[in-house]
Amino acid sequence: MVHRYSRVIILLLLLALSLLAYNTTFASQDVHEAAAVAAPAPEHGDADAPDAVPAAPVSTTPWWIWPLALFIVTFILGILAVLGGVGGGVLFVPIVGGFFPFNIDFVRGAGLLVALAGALAAGPGLLKRNLASLRLALPVALIASAAAIVGAMIGLALKPNVINTLLGATILFIVFIMAIAKKSDFPVVPKPDNLSQSLGIMGIYREESLGKDVEWTVHKTPMALAMFVVIGIMAGMFGLGAGWANVPVLNLMMGAPLKISVATSKFLLSITDTSAAWVYLNQGAVLPMIVVPSLVGIMLGSMIGVKILAKSKPKAIKWMVIGLLLFAGLRSLLKGLGIWP
Amino acid sequence: MSNEKTKASEEQMAYAGVLNIGMWSGLALLIVTFFVYISGLLPTFVPINDLPKYWTMRVHDFNVALHAPTGWGWAPLVGNGDYLNFIPIAILSGLTILCFLVILPILIKKKDTPYAVIAIAEVLVLALAASGLLKVGGH
Repeated sequence: MVHRYSRVIILLLLLALSLLAYNTTFASQDVHEAAAVAAPAPEHGDADAPDAVPAAPVSTTPWWIWPLALFIVTFILGILAVLGGVGGGVLFVPIVGGFFPFNIDFVRGAGLLVALAGALAAGPGLLKRNLASLRLALPVALIASAAAIVGAMIGLALKPNVINTLLGATILFIVFIMAIAKKSDFPVVPKPDNLSQSLGIMGIYREESLGKDVEWTVHKTPMALAMFVVIGIMAGMFGLGAGWANVPVLNLMMGAPLKISVATSKFLLSITDTSAAWVYLNQGAVLPMIVVPSLVGIMLGSMIGVKILAKSKPKAIKWMVIGLLLFAGLRSLLKGLGIWP
Repeated sequence: MSNEKTKASEEQMAYAGVLNIGMWSGLALLIVTFFVYISGLLPTFVPINDLPKYWTMRVHDFNVALHAPTGWGWAPLVGNGDYLNFIPIAILSGLTILCFLVILPILIKKKDTPYAVIAIAEVLVLALAASGLLKVGGH
């Protein structure tokens, strides 16, 4: 029953996105035909009069439709993110960037804050239960957050069509990773490496499903740190939460148990996304009208998703989410290439 | 059943405590300031009805067209409903720096030098990102 509802939710989402894409394209064409008229100066209080705006596309749709649509779509994304086992950011940026009229700069700024808020909300519980490990997260976070600053600066300097093309290609790569990646509950670590030993990256947690304490340690730390340079750059550049990449590196490469990897990855996003979010905030790429409905929508959706999760078939839903990402990735790619503007 | 060995460390619990309070305070404030914004209780820097003309633009063009502030230039404008929302956004974005500052004395007290150094370096990285000193070139 829940499975059927999930399919209905995804179909409704696809229908809504198609309508949004049609409306966005239609409104945009309408404007370009109407005139390359400079937008009238907004009458804000004490600020200087704004300059003439270069041919700003003007949608005839009332402003409130968009935050409302954003709230509904992100609410559904919040449900799907939990059921599909992915972070909200990875769904948010390609879908909102592809189907809403907002510039990709503002979408990425909002995407980072959405991922950041989710990570901040989950962090305290995961840390207190000792599932997210500060000793594992801190060295990794330092590398990833510094790289995310570089990524954010690169991302804001690139042209939107380049960003959309690269984003589409990245999302398709993520789809590939999600489809083939295997996870290991308790990877074997034959011998911890020197760096992890000197930093004392190890721990012990209570595995309730087995009813016993599980000790863990990690290996291949230098190689993993190098991977986090790339992950950080991509997170900052595209405004994506990077859970899709964090978990395989922590779990499969470093050998941390799956629960520790997932929890530490979630906590890690609160640090990585913070640095990139500041760059977007300081450049003015944060619009509360986009950020707040998205953030509230995705958090409420996640709460509902957690309740549905207990009764759902995660594997089937995971494939539906992969299908949705595939659609959103293709949309981004085609938008970037100018094939589906 | 948890025991001493599986308990989170002192610094981890301290980090979680600050994060928990800051997160919920920031989120609650964000919702309140957003309602103040859309209710029209305060004037707005960009009139809400005009927003759709501008949110399709690149951020650089948006800033030029509206003379919108960059860096911490938003701070003097928090009397406007739209920029009022930047206060909770900055709280949420700055929370991690505060968490690191809270655990730093604990790490130093434990003589955990590598992690104390990492925590200081992380604070510096995040402070640099937050400072507004990093500029992205125009288009």
